[in-house]
Amino acid sequence: MIKSILIFNNHGKPRLIRFYQYFAEDMQQQIIREIFHLVSKRDDNVCNFLEGGSLIGGSDYKLIYRHYATLYFVFCVDSSESELGILDLIQVFVETLDKCFENVCELDLIFHMDKVHYILQEVVMGGMVLETNMNDIVAQVELQNRMEKSEGGLSAAPARAVSAVKNMNLPEMPRNINIGDINIKVPSLSPF
Amino acid sequence: MPAVSKGDGMRGLAVFISDIRNCKSKEAEIKRINKELANIRSKFKGDKALDGYSKKKYVCKLLFIFLLGHDIDFGHMEAVNLLSSNKYTEKQIGYLFISVLVNSNSELIRLINNAIKNDLSSRNPTFMCLALHCIANVGSREMAEAFASEIPRILVAGDTMDSVKQSAALCLLRLYKTSPDLVLMGEWTSRVVHLLNDQHMGVVTAAISLITCLSQKNPDEFKTCVSLAVSRLSRIVSSASTDLQDYTYYFVPAPWLSCKLLRLLQCYPPPEDGAVKGRLVECLETILNKAQEPPKSKKVQHSNAKNAILFEAISLIIHYDSEPNLLVRACNQLGQFLQHRETNLRYLALESMCTLASSEFSHEAVKTHIETVINALKTERDVSVRQRAADLLYAMCDRSNAKQIVAEMLSYLETADYSIREEMVLKVAILAEKYAVDYSWYVDTILNLIRIAGDYVSEEVWYRVIQIVINRDDVQGYAAKTVFEALQAPACHENMVKVGGYILGEFGNLIAGDPRSSPLVQFNLLHSKFHLCSVPTRALLLSAYIKFINLFPETKATIQEVLRCDSQIRNSDVELQQRAVEYLKLSSIASTDVLATVLEEMPPFPERESSILAKLKKKKGPGTVSVTDLEDSKREGGELNGGGERGPDTAAMASSNASTPSPSADLLGIRSAAPVGAAPASAGSLLVDVFSEAGPAAPSAAVNDDGFLRDLEQPTATCDSLLVEGSGDSDSAPPSEDPAPPLPEADELLNKFVCKNNGVLFENQLLQIGIKSEYRQNLGRMYLFYGNKTSVQFASFTTTVSYPGELQSQLNVQTKPVEPLVEGGAQIQQVLNIECLTDFSDAPLLNIKFRYGGALQNLTLKLPVTINKFFQPTEMTSHDFFQRWKQLSQPQQEAQKIFKANHGMDTEVLKAKLLGLGSALLDDVDPNPENYVCAGVIQTKGQQVGCLLRLEPNSQAQMYRLTLRCSKDSVSKRLCELLAEQF
Repeated sequence: MIKSILIFNNHGKPRLIRFYQYFAEDMQQQIIREIFHLVSKRDDNVCNFLEGGSLIGGSDYKLIYRHYATLYFVFCVDSSESELGILDLIQVFVETLDKCFENVCELDLIFHMDKVHYILQEVVMGGMVLETNMNDIVAQVELQNRMEKSEGGLSAAPARAVSAVKNMNLPEMPRNINIGDINIKVPSLSPF
Repeated sequence: MPAVSKGDGMRGLAVFISDIRNCKSKEAEIKRINKELANIRSKFKGDKALDGYSKKKYVCKLLFIFLLGHDIDFGHMEAVNLLSSNKYTEKQIGYLFISVLVNSNSELIRLINNAIKNDLSSRNPTFMCLALHCIANVGSREMAEAFASEIPRILVAGDTMDSVKQSAALCLLRLYKTSPDLVLMGEWTSRVVHLLNDQHMGVVTAAISLITCLSQKNPDEFKTCVSLAVSRLSRIVSSASTDLQDYTYYFVPAPWLSCKLLRLLQCYPPPEDGAVKGRLVECLETILNKAQEPPKSKKVQHSNAKNAILFEAISLIIHYDSEPNLLVRACNQLGQFLQHRETNLRYLALESMCTLASSEFSHEAVKTHIETVINALKTERDVSVRQRAADLLYAMCDRSNAKQIVAEMLSYLETADYSIREEMVLKVAILAEKYAVDYSWYVDTILNLIRIAGDYVSEEVWYRVIQIVINRDDVQGYAAKTVFEALQAPACHENMVKVGGYILGEFGNLIAGDPRSSPLVQFNLLHSKFHLCSVPTRALLLSAYIKFINLFPETKATIQEVLRCDSQIRNSDVELQQRAVEYLKLSSIASTDVLATVLEEMPPFPERESSILAKLKKKKGPGTVSVTDLEDSKREGGELNGGGERGPDTAAMASSNASTPSPSADLLGIRSAAPVGAAPASAGSLLVDVFSEAGPAAPSAAVNDDGFLRDLEQPTATCDSLLVEGSGDSDSAPPSEDPAPPLPEADELLNKFVCKNNGVLFENQLLQIGIKSEYRQNLGRMYLFYGNKTSVQFASFTTTVSYPGELQSQLNVQTKPVEPLVEGGAQIQQVLNIECLTDFSDAPLLNIKFRYGGALQNLTLKLPVTINKFFQPTEMTSHDFFQRWKQLSQPQQEAQKIFKANHGMDTEVLKAKLLGLGSALLDDVDPNPENYVCAGVIQTKGQQVGCLLRLEPNSQAQMYRLTLRCSKDSVSKRLCELLAEQF
C-alpha cells in the first residue's frame, strides 16, 4: 500500500501532499521536512530507494523517489509494493502530467494544484493503484475537462488573465521539467 | 491540445498564489495568508449567500494555504455544501477538500455520508466514482457501517461501468482494511475472484489488490484465485509486446499487473494441480529467459519494467523454495545484478539474495558471491546499498566463512555510517557467538568490537561476553590475559573497563603467576581507570576489588586503603558510599572462610536465548530476523555449552531455553526482577548476619543498581537470581511468599492519580495495570484492569489489598478474588468497593503475585485512594469564602507550603488539576486574579470536613504558596502534602 505521495521542490517547498493514512496536520508537515531532509542530501546517481524516516514508520516502509529538475516525487510504500513497479508508477504519473499540461513545469503544479490532485486520483485511490494505462488516465482527465468547460459559462471569462499572471514571475523557474536521460518525449504508442 | 485547460482557472485564486509567491519574507507570507483567511472567514460567515463558484474558489484557496503548512480549521461545512451541488467541478473540489482535510472521526461524517449516498444512487458514473474515491480516502468506521454492504453490490453488478468497478474494488479494499468485521463475505466473494478474468485490464488491476488482501486473511475461501491468476499471468507473459495495447509499457506487457499477480501467488503454497503448476513453472522460466534477451529499448523504463517482473518472479521462487533448478537460476540472475551498473538493481539484488540465503537449496550458491558482496560493502557510494550488503553478509554467514565475514564487518565498522553502527555491532556479536568454534576467537572479536565501536556496544553485548566466559572454563585464562592486555591501552572504552573489571575480579588469579600481571599490577591497572569512569562502572570496580581481596589476600591492605579514603567512604553517591563501607567492613570482619564463601566464583549462567538476538529483533522489528535464526541460535547455544555434542544435552538446553523466562533477557538477571521481589531468602542469611554485625552501616540495598554483588546481598525471589541458582538452593528453598515491600516508585505512581481517576497505574515488561474509578459521597468504586503483556500464561495470579498502620479503621475496601489464570495477551478486571470511614493519610497497598514461567513475581503498589477523592465541591461567593476562611484561623487548622514549580505554570493545566482534585474552583473570589481558590467538603462516614484552598503562583520565581484550611487539622496536613506534589 502507498502510505503517502509527496511532491516538493529542491528547497523543500511542498507542491502536493497526499496522505492515505491519517496524520495530524502538523505531523504531516514534520514528515515532509524529515523526508525532504533524507532525500535531498542524496546524490543524483545513487539508488532510488531508502528506508522510511522514523516519523512515517521506519524500516517497515520504503521511500521510493525520483528527482526531476526542480521537483522531487516521493512515494512512501510498505513492503507489499514492488520497488521498481513504484518507480514506473511515478514515471507514469509524471508522463501523464506532462501530457495533460503540455510540458509540465513546477508552475503548473503550483497554479493548478487542484488539477494535479484530480490527475493523481485517476492513478491512485486510497493508497492503491487504480489505473496504470496512461491513455485511459488522460481520457478521464479530458472528460472532466469537457464537463468543466460546459459548466464554465460566465466564470470562464476572467480566466484569460491567469496565463498573464503566471508569466509575470517566471524568472528563476525553468520552464520545463528537464527529465534528463529519462526523456519524457511520450513514447509513440502504437496505434492499435 | 493539453488535456488540462490552463486558462479556465479561478482568477482570484491565481492572484492570491502570485501574491504569496511575490512575498519576500516568511513574515510577509504569513501576513498575506492571515489576511486571506480573514477574508474567507468573513465571506463564509457573511449574510450574503455565496454562489457555487465563490465557494469553490475559497475552498481551493484553503487547500493551497493548507499545502503551505498552515492549519485549516474552518471551511469544512462549505465543502460539505459543495458536495450536493449539481455542478461537477463544485462537487469535485468539495470531495477533494474532504479527502485531504477531513479525518475519519470528524463530526461531519454523517453529512458527508448523506451526500455520498445520493451520489452512489445517482447512476451517474462520474459522480459515483467521486463518492467512491471519497470513501476510499477517508475510510472511517462510520462510512464502513453505512456502505459496507452497498459497495460489493456495485462491484459485482452486471451493469456497472468498468471505471466504477475499478473504484468500487479499491473502495471495498479500504473498508475491509479499516473495519474487516463490517465487510461480510457472501455471495459476492466468488464473483470477485472471477474479476481476475475480466476483459478490462484496469478492472483486473484494481481487483487484484482487493483479492490479494482478502486471500491473506481468508486463504481457503479464495483458493480458486490461484489457478485464475496463473492463467492470467501465463497469457500476459506469453503475449507479444504489442498484444496488450495501452497496457504495454515501454515494450513490456502489463508489468504492473504481472507484479501483482506474482505477489498474489506468494500468498499461497505451490499449486497442487500438476497442470497449473506446470504452467506456472513455464511462466517463471519464460520470465527468467527474457532477462537474458537483448533489451527491446535502451530506455531505463524498459529495463525497470522488465526487472520489476523478474524480481517478483524470483520472490515467488524463493517463497516456494521447492524447485532447486529455478532457485539456482534465480541466484545466478541476482549474481549478475550484483555487478550491474544500475544502483537500483544492485540494491534489489542484495535484498533478494538475503532471503535466498536462508533456503537450503541455494545457500551454497549464494555463498559464491561473497567477494562481490564484501566489495560492495567497501566500495558502494550509497549507504542504503552498503546496508543491504551488510545484511546479506549476515544472512550468508555460516561456519565456513564466519571468520572472514566477521573480520570484514569489523574492519567496515571503523568507517561505517553512524546510523548503522549499532546494528552492525549487534550482528558481529551474534555471528561471533553463533559460529565460535574456539572461544579465544570469540573473546578477541568482542574485545575488538568494544575497541573499535565502544560507544555502540550496548549492555547486552558485554553482558553476553561475560556470561560466556563464566560458563566456559577453557577460555577464562585467555580472557583474563586478553582483557589485561587491552586495558594497557592508555585510552580504553568504559565498556572495556567493565568487562576487564568483571573478568579480572573473577579470574585474575589465572594470570597472577606471571610477574607482569601480578595481583598488585592488575589492581593498579584497574584502579588507574577508576576515576575516569561513570558511577555504575565504579560500583562494578568496587565489587571487583572486594573479589580481589578474596583472590589475593596480599592485596587486602592496599585495597582497604583505597576503600577507606574519603573519596570512597564518603562519596556523595549513595551506592558507591554504601559499597565502599560494606566492603571495607566485610573485608575486616569476615573470616577468610566466610569471605571465600561470600565471594565465591560466579556460578554458570542458565542458558537462554541470546539477549543480543532479542535486541536485534526488537531493533529490526518482528519478521526481519527469521525463525530459523532463532532456532539456529538455540542449537548453537547448545553447542556452546555442550562442547559440540548434540543429543540429550541439546534437548535439555532447548527446554531450559523454553522454561527460563527472560522477560528482559537481561544477561545478569539484574534489574529485570530485582525490584519486584527483593525479599531475602534463607540463602542470604549468612550475609545478613555479617551485615548486622557491621552495625548501622548496613542499610537496605539500593534497588536500582547495576552491580553484580547486590545479588549476593539480597538474592531475589525469582529464578534469575544468581546466588539462589548457584548454591543449588533454588529447588529446596521455596521463594518467599511474603508480599514484597511497596515499589520505590509507588508514591510517585500514587501522586499521578491525585487529580485524575483513570489511567495506567503501573506497567513493566510483563504486566500492565489500568485503573478506572468513580466516587460519590463517601463511597467509591474502582475498576482495576490487569493486562498480561506477554504471550505466556500467568499462573496463581492473586491480588491482596492491605491496610498499613491505622488505615484498617479508616477505610474499608471490599473485593472479590480474581481468576488465578491470566492468559497471554489477556486482561482481567477486578472491582473494588471503597468506603471512607474517617479521614486518612496512608494509601492502601495492593499486592500482586503470580507465576510467570516458573518465577514468582511479587510486587506491591499503593492504591491511588486519597482523601481528596471524597470531595464534594461547594460553590460560594467571595464574601462567604473569606468569612469561613477567617473562622478557620486556628494555627493547627492551617497547613501551608511554599515550593518550587515542578511542572509548567500554564493556567489551563493548573485549572484542570484543581478541578480534578474534586473541590469547586471558585472564580472572582480572590482579589488577585492570578490566585486560585477552591472550596469543598470531604465526606466520610462519620463526619464532614470543610476545606478551603488557596494557591498563589509566582511565575517570576517559579514558586507556589499553597495554603489549606480545614475544619480538621489532619486533613489540612494531608491535602497539603498531596497537592504540593502536583504542581
